[in-house]
Amino acid sequence: MSAFSAAFLPTLVRRERASLAATLLAPPVALAVATVLNIGLYVLMGRDPVAVVYAMLFEPFLSWASFSEVLLKTGPLLLIAQGLAIGFRTKVFNIGAEGQFILGAIFASAIPIWFPQATGQWIWPMMLLLGVLGGVLWASITAIWRVRLNANEILVSLMLSLVAAQLLNYLLLGPWKDPNGFNFPQSVMFQYDAMVPVLIAGTRVNVSLPLTLALSIAAWLFMQKSFLGYKLQVGGLAPRAAGYAGFSEGWAIWLSLLIGGGAAGLAGAAEVAGPLGQLQRSISTGYGYAAIIVAYLGGLHPIGIIASALFMAALYIGGDNAMVSANLPIAAVRVFQGSLLLAYLIAIAFVRYRLEWHRPIYRSQP
Amino acid sequence: MNAIEFILAGMLAAATPFLLAALGELVVERAGVLNLGVEGLMAFGAVLAFIVVYHGGGHLLGFVAAGLGSAVLSLVFALIALGFRANQVATGLAIGILGQGLSALFGKTYESLTVKGLPRLALPWLSEIPLVGRLFTQDIVVWLSLAATLAIWVMFAYTKVGLVLRATGENPKAAHAIGYSVTAIRFAAVAFGGTMAGFAGAYAAVVYTPLWADGMIAGRGWIAIALVVFGTWLTGRIFLGACLFGAVSLMGLAAQATGLDVPSQVLASLPYLVTIIVLGIISADRRLLKLNGVASLGEPFER
Repeated sequence: MSAFSAAFLPTLVRRERASLAATLLAPPVALAVATVLNIGLYVLMGRDPVAVVYAMLFEPFLSWASFSEVLLKTGPLLLIAQGLAIGFRTKVFNIGAEGQFILGAIFASAIPIWFPQATGQWIWPMMLLLGVLGGVLWASITAIWRVRLNANEILVSLMLSLVAAQLLNYLLLGPWKDPNGFNFPQSVMFQYDAMVPVLIAGTRVNVSLPLTLALSIAAWLFMQKSFLGYKLQVGGLAPRAAGYAGFSEGWAIWLSLLIGGGAAGLAGAAEVAGPLGQLQRSISTGYGYAAIIVAYLGGLHPIGIIASALFMAALYIGGDNAMVSANLPIAAVRVFQGSLLLAYLIAIAFVRYRLEWHRPIYRSQP
Repeated sequence: MNAIEFILAGMLAAATPFLLAALGELVVERAGVLNLGVEGLMAFGAVLAFIVVYHGGGHLLGFVAAGLGSAVLSLVFALIALGFRANQVATGLAIGILGQGLSALFGKTYESLTVKGLPRLALPWLSEIPLVGRLFTQDIVVWLSLAATLAIWVMFAYTKVGLVLRATGENPKAAHAIGYSVTAIRFAAVAFGGTMAGFAGAYAAVVYTPLWADGMIAGRGWIAIALVVFGTWLTGRIFLGACLFGAVSLMGLAAQATGLDVPSQVLASLPYLVTIIVLGIISADRRLLKLNGVASLGEPFER
């Protein structure tokens, strides 16, 4: 460091302990910062910032019709993020949830597409189970590559997502295309029994939401209270210590990836058996990537993730609103998501470190 | 033109976006930093270059805009990941999402518009050789990329800059102890990587397929990161890997031209499948990765 920067640049000093209040404050502060930055961008783009912020951040909560859609979007984000967070806490970076989600949707769709006449209350639960299986199988490729072949799970899981998107395209343009669908890349509409029952009449909110909430609580119990979850976390925080204590690293990686894949697969199944009612190309709207942000923004904590999933879902609905009322491209939502995560990463740095403007007296001599 | 000639003719141009981005990431990783935002940096550079060229700024200005824009975005990564010591994986992913979002946002009004590409320059003598001659008829950026590859190889093999970079990645504490600012070197490396990713995006958007479509980078940034692993952090092997991927991405087109009855989606996933397979083969040789790998890759530096 030159003398100049040593004198004028602050240094980060690790806090002895992070306060709970600061930890809880980080996400709202990050939200405020990201909002201000994005408003600046909207002004530069010549949009009315008040109209955009109103449509994006407030409108989703102001009518039951909007809010029920927020709840509907919360489901998949929450489910995927809970699964990913378990992996992230054990330092297994599965970023291929999008592909696992798509495979879940494909597996679940097999029943109504192959057996369109089938009836019975067993169909939708069976579809959800198949969805879990699809996600687990797709994630297990990443697990094999990571554990057996030592390949980086970030790259493999992401590549598999790109392959999954092509597989979906192939099915919808080829064997699974609705013959009476005017050549649209989509499957037949599913029969009534292939649909997850609606929970609140007049909305599209369905049984998968309480199921997702129950799984969130299960995730919390698993990570905080169970020995298995404890072993996973120790493995992530201190792999060497975990090794001495006899926890196998490969086993932890398998478990993390399969939980993440299963959750994403279930979310995919719930999407086709829920609001969509058919397999479409538009099932892949980036939930798998957005869930990464949801997981971090929730502090990788099962309860925090519920809050961040709700917020991120509202941002999606708000983005749709802003597209209509303020002529804002939907890509603005992605920009908001990206800047929100960046702002959060800075905010959380202040939880762990404090800035020190005066350097300690001693100087390490070069 | 048969399939082999077709692939030889197009391979280097197809390889160029991979090569430029991977060379940038090589320098970043050699300095001990893992920047996973390459896809977003490329997308951001691509849209900037397209906008400049579309409005008549010319290709040179387009590349400059792309390089500068992506460098600035990569410095945001450096500030957060290195300055604030945030998790490099999370920061890189966030930069990637932000870059892709900005690309889609700015590119919205340019969807499906086209610009003029660059003329191909034939090397005298060499380009007249039958069969392989086509290899020597390329646009100027391809030639410059080859020069850049050579320059980076020389830098790492023979210069002090290369030595300092490697020391920073291998043992930042030692580099600090002998008086180098690890943080400053890493910032510079990240900015270089960002510039190269911007150039790579620009090449994809205004030379290789001079047509704007959202998501046109299509995973190339991720493959570039994988290429650095394939090449076991060695310049020459990264170049060969980029050529392989250039050829693989053309194989789809070549297969279709010969009337092979394979669904286009299979051909489109070919580069991703090859990435997965090669990644498995290379990574399985742990000794090879350890031999050339970067010891402190992705670890924050604390004095």
